Formats: sequence, C-alpha cells, structure tokens
Amino acid sequence: MAKKEYAFYPGCSSQLKASASNYLVSTNAMCKSLDIKLTEIPDWNCCGASVGYCEGGELPRIAINARNFAQAETHLPGQDIVATCAACWLGARESKERLDGSAQLMKETNEALAAAGLHYSGGANVRHMVEVLIEDFGYDGLKQPMKKSLEGIKFAGYVGCQTNRPFGIDGESFENPLYLDKMVETFGGEALTTYDQKVTCCGGALAFSEPEKSQKQIRDIVESAYDHGAEMIVTPCPLCQANVEVYQSEINKKQGTKFNMPVLYYSQLMTIAYGGSAKEAGLNGQLIRAEKLEKIAGK
Amino acid sequence: MSNANVQAVARYQNDFLREVEERVEEGHMVKMCMQCGVCAGSCPFGPDWEHSPQKIFMMIRAGKRDEVLGSDSMFMCTSCYSCIVRCPRELPITHIMHGLANYAHRLGLAPKGQPTREFATLFWNNLVKKGRVNELTLTLGHYFTNGLVSGIKTALGMQRIGLGLFLAKRLNPMEIFGGHGVKDLKGFHAIVAKAKEIEDRKKGFTA
Amino acid sequence: MADNKFAAYICSGCGLGDQLDIKTLEKIALKEGKMQVVKSHPFLCNAEGVQMINDDVEKEGVTHVCIAACSRRSKTEAFHFPTVAMSRANLREGVIWVVAAGEAHDEVRQEMADDYVRMGCAELKKMKLPAGNPDKAHSKRILVVGGGMSGLTAAFEAAEAGYETLVVEKQAQLGGWAANLWKRVPFKAPYTEPQDTGLADLAAKVGSHPLIKVHLNSTVAETAGAPGRFAVKIAQESGAVTEETVGAIVQATGFTGYDIAKLPELGGGQANVVDQAGLESMARAANGATIKRADGKDVKSVVFLQCAGQRDDSGKHLPYCSGHCCATSIKQAMYFKNANPDIDTVVVYQDLRVPGMGEDFYRSAQEKGVTFTKGKASGVESSGNGCKVSFRDLILDEETSINADLVVLATGQVPSAGVELDAWTEVTNAADGGSAEAKQQKIVMHKSSVLNLTYRQGPDLPQFKYGFADSHFICFPYETRRTGIYAAGPVRRPMDLLQATEDATGAALKAIQAVENASLGRAAHPRSGDLSYPLVRLEGCTQCKRCTVECPFGAIDEDEKRFPVFNEQRCRRCGTCMGACPVRVISFENYSVDTVGSQIKAVDMPDEFSERPRILILACENDAYPALDMAGLSRTVYSAFVRVIPVRCLGSVNTIWITDALNSGFDGVMMMGCKKGDDYQCHFVKGSELAHYRMSKIGDTLTQLGLEPERVVTQEVAITDNQRVVTLINDYVAQINELGMSPMKGFN
Ligand code: SF4
Ligand code: SF4
Ligand code: SF4
Ligand code: SF4
Ligand code: SF4
Ligand code: SF4
Repeated sequence: MAKKEYAFYPGCSSQLKASASNYLVSTNAMCKSLDIKLTEIPDWNCCGASVGYCEGGELPRIAINARNFAQAETHLPGQDIVATCAACWLGARESKERLDGSAQLMKETNEALAAAGLHYSGGANVRHMVEVLIEDFGYDGLKQPMKKSLEGIKFAGYVGCQTNRPFGIDGESFENPLYLDKMVETFGGEALTTYDQKVTCCGGALAFSEPEKSQKQIRDIVESAYDHGAEMIVTPCPLCQANVEVYQSEINKKQGTKFNMPVLYYSQLMTIAYGGSAKEAGLNGQLIRAEKLEKIAGK
Repeated sequence: MSNANVQAVARYQNDFLREVEERVEEGHMVKMCMQCGVCAGSCPFGPDWEHSPQKIFMMIRAGKRDEVLGSDSMFMCTSCYSCIVRCPRELPITHIMHGLANYAHRLGLAPKGQPTREFATLFWNNLVKKGRVNELTLTLGHYFTNGLVSGIKTALGMQRIGLGLFLAKRLNPMEIFGGHGVKDLKGFHAIVAKAKEIEDRKKGFTA
Repeated sequence: MADNKFAAYICSGCGLGDQLDIKTLEKIALKEGKMQVVKSHPFLCNAEGVQMINDDVEKEGVTHVCIAACSRRSKTEAFHFPTVAMSRANLREGVIWVVAAGEAHDEVRQEMADDYVRMGCAELKKMKLPAGNPDKAHSKRILVVGGGMSGLTAAFEAAEAGYETLVVEKQAQLGGWAANLWKRVPFKAPYTEPQDTGLADLAAKVGSHPLIKVHLNSTVAETAGAPGRFAVKIAQESGAVTEETVGAIVQATGFTGYDIAKLPELGGGQANVVDQAGLESMARAANGATIKRADGKDVKSVVFLQCAGQRDDSGKHLPYCSGHCCATSIKQAMYFKNANPDIDTVVVYQDLRVPGMGEDFYRSAQEKGVTFTKGKASGVESSGNGCKVSFRDLILDEETSINADLVVLATGQVPSAGVELDAWTEVTNAADGGSAEAKQQKIVMHKSSVLNLTYRQGPDLPQFKYGFADSHFICFPYETRRTGIYAAGPVRRPMDLLQATEDATGAALKAIQAVENASLGRAAHPRSGDLSYPLVRLEGCTQCKRCTVECPFGAIDEDEKRFPVFNEQRCRRCGTCMGACPVRVISFENYSVDTVGSQIKAVDMPDEFSERPRILILACENDAYPALDMAGLSRTVYSAFVRVIPVRCLGSVNTIWITDALNSGFDGVMMMGCKKGDDYQCHFVKGSELAHYRMSKIGDTLTQLGLEPERVVTQEVAITDNQRVVTLINDYVAQINELGMSPMKGFN
C-alpha cells in the first residue's frame, strides 16, 4: 500500500495526558499499520468546539479555525486536514464551508489573520479520520493488515452526534448510520445492528453544566447497550467516549445501577486487530477495563 | 440596561425579527420556519426547554424580545444537530440557537448564573488564554463558579471521576501550572482580538 | 342472416395442456356444449391459431365462438372478431394458475375446467352479436354553460380539436370569477411571484374563434333529449329564446364566495374587513401601487384570516376546505409586500394548505417577509382607525391580538350547481299532490336551475354533499350521472385556477368522446364503444317503475301510460335496469338474464355426499374480476370449489340468478362488487349499493327454501385487493363447509 499523508489536527482532548490521550495513542498505532503518515499541523490551536459560541461569536470562531487551515496550507501543502475529534472536525469543517460560501467572510477572516501575519487562500480539505479510513481505504483495504479477529465480542456501535450530523460519513443516513457496525464486522466482531441509542446525544459539553440531564442521556445509551447484549461500546468521538465511560460510576452511585461497560474507540479495536499490544491500543487508559480485548491483545 | 442593549432597542424599535436577521448568526433564516415542530421533537433535552426552537422562532416573529433574549432555552442546546438534519426547511437551527445565546449574552440579557452560559464563557476564556483548552482548569473552574462552598462540594463529589482519569493518565494536574498551549500566543491573541473587533463593528456592539 | 354456427376453440398453450385433459374438454364442448365445431390448438393466440378461427368464420360460416383459454381480459387484440358473438372460458387465470399444484388436485382442477367450458358454451348459446343502436344521434356540437376560466378553457380546447362550440354566459361579459382577479397564483416555474391571469387573452381567443359562438346575458331555459341530440333553449335576458341542438354539454358554472355577512364574529360587515374577492378589486384599483382602503387611506398593515367560515365543525358555516384560499392569501400578501416591503402582512392560519407547487410560493412569501402565525381567530373589532384581531396563538398557546388597517377573510367556495334533486322530488310530489305552495316553489326552483333538464329525475345534475355537482371523483373525475353532461371546475369540487383549467380540458375531451360514440350508436364511458343496449319487451312490462327509478343515469323516462322509455344515448349499459326488473323483460343481446342463468345451470353439480361444495361467485368485471385475475397472475391458490361469472355491475344481478343457483344445488353465492356509499368506487355509481340493498331483501326467499342466510353474501372488493379476494374466498368456503352441503342438491 502506498504511503498516504495527511495534515493531522489532534485537537485539545487528544493531547498527552488529556481526556482522550488513549485515542491519540491508538490512532498512532493504527496509522502505522495502515502506512498512514500524520504530520501535526504546526502550532495548531483549539477549534472553539460547539460550546465556544456563547462568548466567542461567529467571526472569532471562524478565524481561529482559519488559523489552523492557513498553517496547514503553508506548511503541509496539498495534504487534507484530518481530525480525530468529532467536535474539531465539525467546528473546522463548518468554518471551512462558511468561508467557501462567502467571499465577505473570507475577506474579514483574512483581515483578522493578517494581525498575526497569516493568510488563508481557501485550500486544505477538512476530514474526519473515519472518513479517511472508509473513503480512502475502504472496508477491504482496512482488512488487509488484520492479524487477529475480534471474534466473540459483541459491540454496540455508538455513533453519537457530531461525526454523524450534520455532515455524515460516507453519505450514510443520519438516523441509522451503519459504518461503525461495518467496521466492527470487518474485524470479526459482532455488531449489534439493532442497538437503538446509536445516534442519541450524550449531552456533549453540557455534561459539565447540566449533569442531571446529561446523565439521563448517558444512562439510556448504556442501558440499551446492555439490553441488546453488548459487551462493549465502540465510538468515534472523544466527547462521547469520555461522557459515556466516565459517568457510569456516578450514575451507579446516584441511581443504584451496576453499569460497568467498557467504552472504546474504533482505533483501539483496530490496533488490537492489527496485532498491536494493549499498551499500543491505549487500553491502559480505560477507566472501565476492556478485559476481553486485553485478552485478545495478549494472545 | 447595557449600552449595547439600549442602542439596539432604539434602533429596531418593535421589529425584533429584523434585529435578529441583522445581528444574530444565521438570523435571516428565522422567517423561513414553517412551524412544523420537528425540531422541538428532536431536542435531547427537549422536555427541559421552556421554549423549543420552534417556539423561539415564533416568539421572534411575534416580537417577544425580552422573553427570547432572557430565555435560558438556547443554553440547553447540546449541539447535537438533530434538528438541523431533520428540519424540512433546512434552517440552521443549532447555529441560530448559538447565535441567539451569544447575542443575549453580549447584551447582558441572558439569565445570570445559567450554568452553560458560565461554562461556555469559561471555556472560551480558557481557550483564548493558551490557544488550546486546558481541561483541568476548565473543570475546576466550572465547579467553583457557583461559589466556593458548593464548588468544593461538587468537586468532592466528582473526585472519583477526576481521580480515575488521573490514574488512567488522562487528566494532568500539572496543567494548572501551564500545560498545553500555542507557541505563537501573541499572534493568536491578535487574531482573536481583530476578529472580535470586526464582528462587533458589524453587529453594532461598538458605540 | 344465415343459420347460427357455434364453435369452441380450446388452447393447450401456457401450460394448459400439461395440467388439463384437453381431450375431455373437447368432448364436453361437443357433447354437452353442443358446439358444432370443436378444435384445440397449442398456441391459440398466435397468428396461426387466430388464422384458424378467422378461416372458420369466413369459410365455414361460424357465427359464435367460445374461446377456452386465458381470461377474457387477456389477448383481447388477438381475439378480436367483430363479426361474431364470443364467449371466453377462463382456464388459465381462473383454473391452472389458482388451483393447487400436484396430482392430488388433478381431479378438482379438471372439474373446474370442465365446468368453465360448459359455462362458456352455454353462455354462447344465449348470445347474439350486438347489432348496435339503429337510433343514432348525430349532433357533434358542444355546449359550454359558464364563461369563466373553466368554461372558456373547455370551449377553446373543444374548438381547437375541431368541434363547434356554444358558450352560454349569464353575465354581460366573459371571464366569471377570474375576471375580478388582479393576478393569479403562479402556475409556472419558479412559482415565486403572482402571475397575470391570462384571462383577457383567452376571452379574446374564444370571442374570435370561428367555431365558437358566445351567448352573453343568457341562461339555459330547457335541455331535452340525450347525447348527440340535446335540444337546448337558450334564453336571453331580453326574453329572446334561441333553440339549438348539441351533442354534449360541459357545465362549468363555478361558484360564489361565501357571504361574509354571515361572519359577524370575524368582522364581516365592518368597513375595514373584506373578503379575498374584495381585496382583488382593491388591488386592481391600485394597479401595482400601494393598496388603499375604501376610505382612501394607504394600507400599512394587513391581517389575513384563513379558513374564515370554512372547515367549520359547529355546523354554522362551510364544513370543507376550499383548497385554494391559502395560496390566494399568500398571493395577496405579496401584493402588499411587492408594493412596499415595509407593510406589515400577517397571515393567521391553522394549517397552511398549499398543494401542488404551493410550497415554493409559500417560501417565496416568507422570504419577502410575510409573517405566518399559526393561530385561530376569535374576533375582529374595529379599533381606532383600523381593526383589532384577537386570536389564540396555537404555538405559544396564548390569547393575543394584533392591530391592522385592513383584515382580509379567506372565505370559501359555494358551488353554483343548480337545483338539489332530493328537494326537487319532494316539492314535485307535493305539487302533484295538489299543494299550491309547492307549485309556487317549483317555479322558483326552475329559475335557479342551471340546465333545466326535462328528465323525470329532475332539472339538474345530482349533487354531492355540500351541494357540489356530481362527479365520479375516484375513477373518472368529470363523469356525472347524466350521460353526455360533464361537470368541470369548482362547481364539482373546490379548486384553484390551475386545477380548473386542467379540469375543463378533461371535460372537453369527455364531451368529444360522448358525441363521437353517440353518432356511432355506441355506449359512452365506461363501456365506451359497447354496441349492445337495453332491449325491453314492453308486452311483459308491469309498469312497476323499478327500472326508471333505479337507473343511476336517468336514462329512462316514462310515457303517458307509465311505460318506460329508454333513451339509449343516455344509457351506460350497466344492466342495473335488467337486475331490477321483476318480470325480466329487459336484456342486452350479449348479456341477459339467460346468458348468466344458463351458465349457472350448466355447472355440473356433485351430489350431497361428494364433499365437494360448489360456490357461485358473481364478480363485477370492473374491479373484482381483475383482482381475481391478478391473484392468478401471482399464482395465489384459492379453493377449486368456486365458479366465477363476471357481471357488468352488481347492479345487473337479478335475484332470479341467486334463486336459480340455490335451486340447482349451489352451496353458497358470493357477490363481489365495488365500494358503495358516499365514497363509492362503483363504476356505475349506484350499482353496488343497489345490489346490497336487493340482497338484504333476499332473506325471505332463503327461509322459504329452508336455507341459512349465510348462503348468500355480498363483499366490497377493490381492484387492488388481489390477495384479499383469495382470503375472502377461502374463508367463505370454510364457512360453507361448516354449514354443510346445501339440502337443495339432487332436486332437479
Ligand atoms: S423543524 Fe424547521 S421548520 Fe420545523 S419548526 Fe423547527 S425550525 Fe421550523
Ligand atoms: S442541536 Fe440544539 S437545538 Fe438542535 S436538536 Fe440538538 S440540542 Fe436541540
Ligand atoms: S395466452 Fe391465452 S390463448 Fe395464448 S397460449 Fe396462453 S392461454 Fe392460450
Ligand atoms: S385552503 Fe387554507 S384557508 Fe382555504 S379552507 Fe383550506 S386551509 Fe383554510
Ligand atoms: S340502468 Fe344502466 S343499462 Fe339500464 S338504462 Fe340505465 S344506464 Fe342503461
Ligand atoms: S322494471 Fe321491468 S316491469 Fe318494471 S317498468 Fe321496468 S321494464 Fe317494466
């Protein structure tokens, strides 16, 4: 397979020792197996996330995203920007689309960028890692480096919101996207295709500010996974992963449930399937251990 | 009343719809809502909203400025985008909600102490400070916004989460003292300041 | 004509030969069916097979042909022998495709085929080749009543197709309602702006068309006759009367607006409250500039109240939706916005109904800044120099109000369909009984009549609920129960201009079809082209009037001695009169009490102990029989104990067939007809209903015979019910098995 190169936008939560650092670790391992070269956008900054709206406003949010585009365009010419975080992808892609759609906005944005001596001329596609995997490699391509099967593990594919809406992956339906299930099946796992909380919102950033309401969402998501016989939840989004994993103990404490469902990234599954170690897959970063996966990794 | 608010009231008199169209992100689309209610049925926190997006749009058209800008409903938006993908009229509902929240916040009319408003402000300030988000200061900051005592209580309550993440090497206490950040901070700040200046000019926030 | 010669042709193609014993079928046709020629062919519908039949007809003098092959609905082009009488025995869709496969069913399958061959031969023996009505009617002129958008369109379309046309318009000028409009709702892409009505242009084209004659200030004083020979008296306001002969009539008499004086609660009667028609006049006066009120003030704010006096469930106002008024209000709101975008325009609606491309128009109005508020108005008071509209906001769930310079009420369409026939009959009866008051009323009614038909059934088209003119809205929109008279436009259902023009075009084509058929002595729709027509043996008639009353199409008048007078051109050949006649003196050459009765008697009846019941199905040929064929096409198995006979309409079923069937040992009779009632699907409107009614009276006969009432059932079947018919059959067979065999077997 020819080496593929992308401008990598890791996002805040994937930084070393941040909440999604296990995502970053496993992504690196996964990319190695697929011969993908990720080059971090030099001196990238935060995307503003969705919750940035309140104080941030429209133009500042677009401008900081444009700063990243400008950096990528200058230093990594011709490469698509790839984000692993759903919110980063969304924030960046939304900014890009608005800039593409309005010369006025582009002008104002460049006026702001000029304050730091930067300029953005409209290049650099913004894509999500999953998009790259499915569109550039395809399920068959992803299967090639596979060394171990995830046979015998039942996964609830929790897609959540922002990798799904409003842009979607690979033209799939918003109400019942199948790509995560297909990925699970590609690596030999059992996908619970009837899992009905697939696209339910986990509460997003409001997990912090509205814990009660968000935990109700999370409870539905985990409970339904149990009801469908899932052993693990797999997700493409760091916020989903964190919310759904982290708050299980809190919900258990408050509501007397006995949730203990591991929540993983697709990249962790793939790293194991590609023969990587538990450490390479970032499994040591789980709050709720994924023992069955660890076992496969150890084989 | 804040200065900006006084000016806005004077400028638009009773035409709140026009005010929204000119000053709120994607506000020009509000008039295109056909009141089908699909968005209202799609919100994850729907039952907790006092005014669903559908109602907010109707209220804007009915000129209910104070109720809309004083509502805490916009802050209940989780940015799940369910409404956007389902709206038959393709209104960018999420963005309008964000835009309204931002506008209400900037005019000083948004409800005081609204937790998401506080958190979102904290988030942005945290981001602007370093160019990247510093999760620990963010979470700590958040749990202390309600005053020290309740903050300590919440923080203690959430301790197991923090501790768990810490043990799993996913939360770095050292971030309080520095942590991640953009190298060209000066440039970054200049961009944010300039963008804010342009936007304020455009939306009439400057005197 | 020379002697009759009967022939049967049995096909062994399509698998018939593999599943059936063709030799046996041949023998039955010869011996029992008494056919003089019997031939089989491996592929009857191919050129060679057809040639074989043609040769027999031409060289051997065959006059009657029974085709034992596929359904009568298949291969109609191949089996088109216009010079002979023909019956079809349905061995493919009716037997091999529906009887369970396998040897175990060989016997019942063969029995079924044997019976269908017997029935086909028996029917043929009673048939005659229809000679066609000698009494042809030749006028091909078309009369259009009403000179509005619908009427002008119908006249223009008919004339462009080469037919001479007369237009009768009550007013002094052409145009009707549409002439009052400033603009119309767009009917062409991009559907964003009001458009010119195009009426002036159309009226001019009609006025100058060489084939069109326009009568202004005129009404129809009398219509007598039938398609192809209507005698019409056109009365001018001045009193002059012109007599004309026409072949068909299009009634496009439109509607009037609901009177806003009946809506005081919504401000009807107040100075600054108008209806949509009122607003059109104001807009025409403004001619594109800002619209002014009656008092000369510029309108700076306007509120439209939708559904004013419509969709009303209190019983006070119109219960229905007029369909056009949402789009009309959108258009009118644009009149204001286009003149000055700062004018406040609010549309208060409960549901915004904009069919067709109306959504685009609605969006365009939103883009222009028209405010749409979901609410229900509760009152309009005059306030200051304008109005205060109170309403309940249905989204915010609160009582609220707005002030406006002008309020526009979106009122509904009230059809101008003439006299309501039930009321007419009542008044006529009272008048005949000698009531002076009723006689007076009858004169008044005559004045309000549109067509003044001299039919015994009354002076106008029958009406639906809410007073709309008759229309077979499910299957054939412009058809009315008065053959040769077609309703078009809002007189038959509420509609907008675009729909009205389409309607008018359709009605014009129907009228053309009617005059052409009448001139050839053939039936009009839906048995278009049928040459048979009802023949009556008046010697046997008891003057019971059943045929005159039950004919759904008003085709039968009465003479002075109360004998029925058939107007063949008005007749649709449904056979309802034949079904009604207690002394069975009405028949068609190719469809009669005997053609069906002989088939019933031809069925070979197994004895009481055979455990093989026989069930007769009389299936309407319009919906039920096709549904059965479709069941065959999808190879859905049903009981082999049924024998199906198609009938023109359930209305043509004479009760003698039922008693004959039960007497000859059938264990049950099932009738399958179209949906009846207000939302009927019966091609002949009333046939199915009449059959249900007649069968509800058959109970006595059954009791006399000592039979259970379940032995005769009636079902409503739609053409799409191809799976349901199977369930109906199988359930009924099971029910009959429960009941046990008919005790009537073996008595004859
Ligand atoms: S879904 Fe869209 S059109 Fe429907 S009420 Fe919501 S915003 Fe309006
Ligand atoms: S994006 Fe916001 S407004 Fe839209 S459905 Fe989600 S929470 Fe509701
Ligand atoms: S289509 Fe009819 S006539 Fe032709 S071969 Fe088949 S059964 Fe015979
Ligand atoms: S078209 Fe609109 S205004 Fe007219 S009756 Fe129907 S819903 Fe009411
Ligand atoms: S009942 Fe039918 S067949 Fe008989 S006269 Fe009337 S239309 Fe003709
Ligand atoms: S139904 Fe028969 S008997 Fe009665 S009037 Fe008609 S033709 Fe005569």
